[in-house]
Amino acid sequence: MQPTLELAGPTNLLARFLRGRKWYGAEWYMTVTGGLIVIVVLTLTVVSFLTPNLAPYDPEVRSGDPFTAPSAGHIFGTDQLGRDILSRIMYGAQIVLQVAALSATFSLVTGVPLGLMSGYVGGRLDRALSLVMDSIYSFPGLILAIALAALLGAGVLNIAIAIAVVYVPIFFRLVRGQVLSIKEQLYVEAARSLGAKGRTVLWQYIFPNVIPSIVVVFSLNIADAIITEAGLAFIGLGVDPSRPDWGYDIFRGRSELAGGRWWPVTFPGLAIALVALGFSMFGEGLSEILNPKLTES
Amino acid sequence: MTEPLLEIRDLIVEYPTRRGLVRAVDRVTLTIPRGKVVGLVGESGCGKSTMGMAVLRLLRPPGRIVGGEVVFEGRNLLELDEEAMRQLRGARISMIFQDPMTCLNPLQRISDHIVETIRTHEPEVSEDAARQRAAALIDRLGIAKDRLDDHPHQLSGGMRQRVMIGLALTLNADLIIADEPTTSLDVIVEAQFLDLLRELQKQFGLTILLITHNIGVVAELADQVAVMYAGELVELAEAGPLFARPLHPYTQGLLHSVPNIKLADDHLEVMKGSPPSLLDPPAGCKFHPRCPFVMERCKTEEPELREVEPGRWASCWLYP
Repeated sequence: MQPTLELAGPTNLLARFLRGRKWYGAEWYMTVTGGLIVIVVLTLTVVSFLTPNLAPYDPEVRSGDPFTAPSAGHIFGTDQLGRDILSRIMYGAQIVLQVAALSATFSLVTGVPLGLMSGYVGGRLDRALSLVMDSIYSFPGLILAIALAALLGAGVLNIAIAIAVVYVPIFFRLVRGQVLSIKEQLYVEAARSLGAKGRTVLWQYIFPNVIPSIVVVFSLNIADAIITEAGLAFIGLGVDPSRPDWGYDIFRGRSELAGGRWWPVTFPGLAIALVALGFSMFGEGLSEILNPKLTES
Repeated sequence: MTEPLLEIRDLIVEYPTRRGLVRAVDRVTLTIPRGKVVGLVGESGCGKSTMGMAVLRLLRPPGRIVGGEVVFEGRNLLELDEEAMRQLRGARISMIFQDPMTCLNPLQRISDHIVETIRTHEPEVSEDAARQRAAALIDRLGIAKDRLDDHPHQLSGGMRQRVMIGLALTLNADLIIADEPTTSLDVIVEAQFLDLLRELQKQFGLTILLITHNIGVVAELADQVAVMYAGELVELAEAGPLFARPLHPYTQGLLHSVPNIKLADDHLEVMKGSPPSLLDPPAGCKFHPRCPFVMERCKTEEPELREVEPGRWASCWLYP
């Protein structure tokens, strides 16, 4: 029994949602846990953005002695300039999530239409686009992102673009592959035999059947982009060195580990791991539920 | 004979493959009179379905029509541009497919399918009017009206097949090409389906090209029967005489391999061998390696489809 997509009343929807636990078991728990992490992180970020006083201290101003160990006053301790790490993590989330969401969106709006066109039209266009995409795909992702980030310079938009380029081929290949297989489905042939226009076939028969996979890959892509952004910031190609940034904070805290000061590195690291884990669990679980055939993306 | 609705003349369809050119339909000439059911039978892979798709010009690449004419109401369809052809599909000629489980878009409601088909061809019809027509249509097909907004997976195979017929009939198409319409249905549903098709055929005076390997289905419905073997037409006749006394040895073999409840003789003969590879068809008559009456002549000379008796056509050297 596949899940139905019919619109239901809110209570019905909640009942369905809970019933999913019995149908899908482990995948359901994975999706829900991942989804909860994502929701909590997003809510905290948005709220702390809207109400600047939510964080205990100003993240860019000294609020205690340098390298205060985690204590009641500074739950996560302070860094080498005496700034509160918890507050820095809360503000840092804004940058990392902005970059990740923007870059995943850029990849999606470029990769999906190109993949649709390539798969549906076929022929020379398909060969040319596939060649370009495969060339990008064959670069090591982080190296390409570093090169682009160095080329474009700092700034949320630039870093997002640098990361997006790396992930465009993932959407492209996914969508193209799906279009190629859906194109051969009998219902597409049947629609043609009834005189459906090419446009109708593409947008009403092929595209909606690709959406579930796109949603899954989008979520996994955000997880990847978060790690890539942190990686870029770590080597100094961040958005803006003066603003709190998880990756950059780890970079500055790393030399303190030898002196036994573990907190400036550990807490931003945990934040990255938690958020990336949330998005990827959500995506993987969703992928098992929506599309059991999609094993690799 | 009534006026012809569709005339296929010397149709040739070829598939280029890595190992050579496959001629899937070889100079087939077939006339479908208005209001009649013409059965097209033959084993799997003999070119029946390819013919059906060729008429609608929906052959899957790399298949292509190399020669011949497909004349529908006086117009050669092979000369129409793609847009004119698209307008014809569904409105004048439509198709029923083999597998009702996969022939509907899983993400669209039944109503969406029908409304979309109506509005594609008659853009001036409003959404509401189209919906009312859709409701009337599925009611006539014996599906409760409250199933109109169901998705395909909520319907049974038989119901989906009826929806598919409904779609084919939505715009009162003149010609229905039914490609193995009962193959994936169980016998009970098949019987219901055939009753429905016969009833609709009478009611609307439909012209149907019934493509099937199931002799029983053809015997139920067809007025005329065309038998295909290895891409060629080997026998053509009215259904009654053909079933009473098949002329071509291939037709005889086909009929003998089906159990007949009316015959005391329960002996079933199985035809030897299998259809030839179309990459490298045998010389002479393509059926000669399997033919029980094979003569020397059959191995070298290819027989043409000729009228061997009034109203009966066969391509076989047994009937000089």
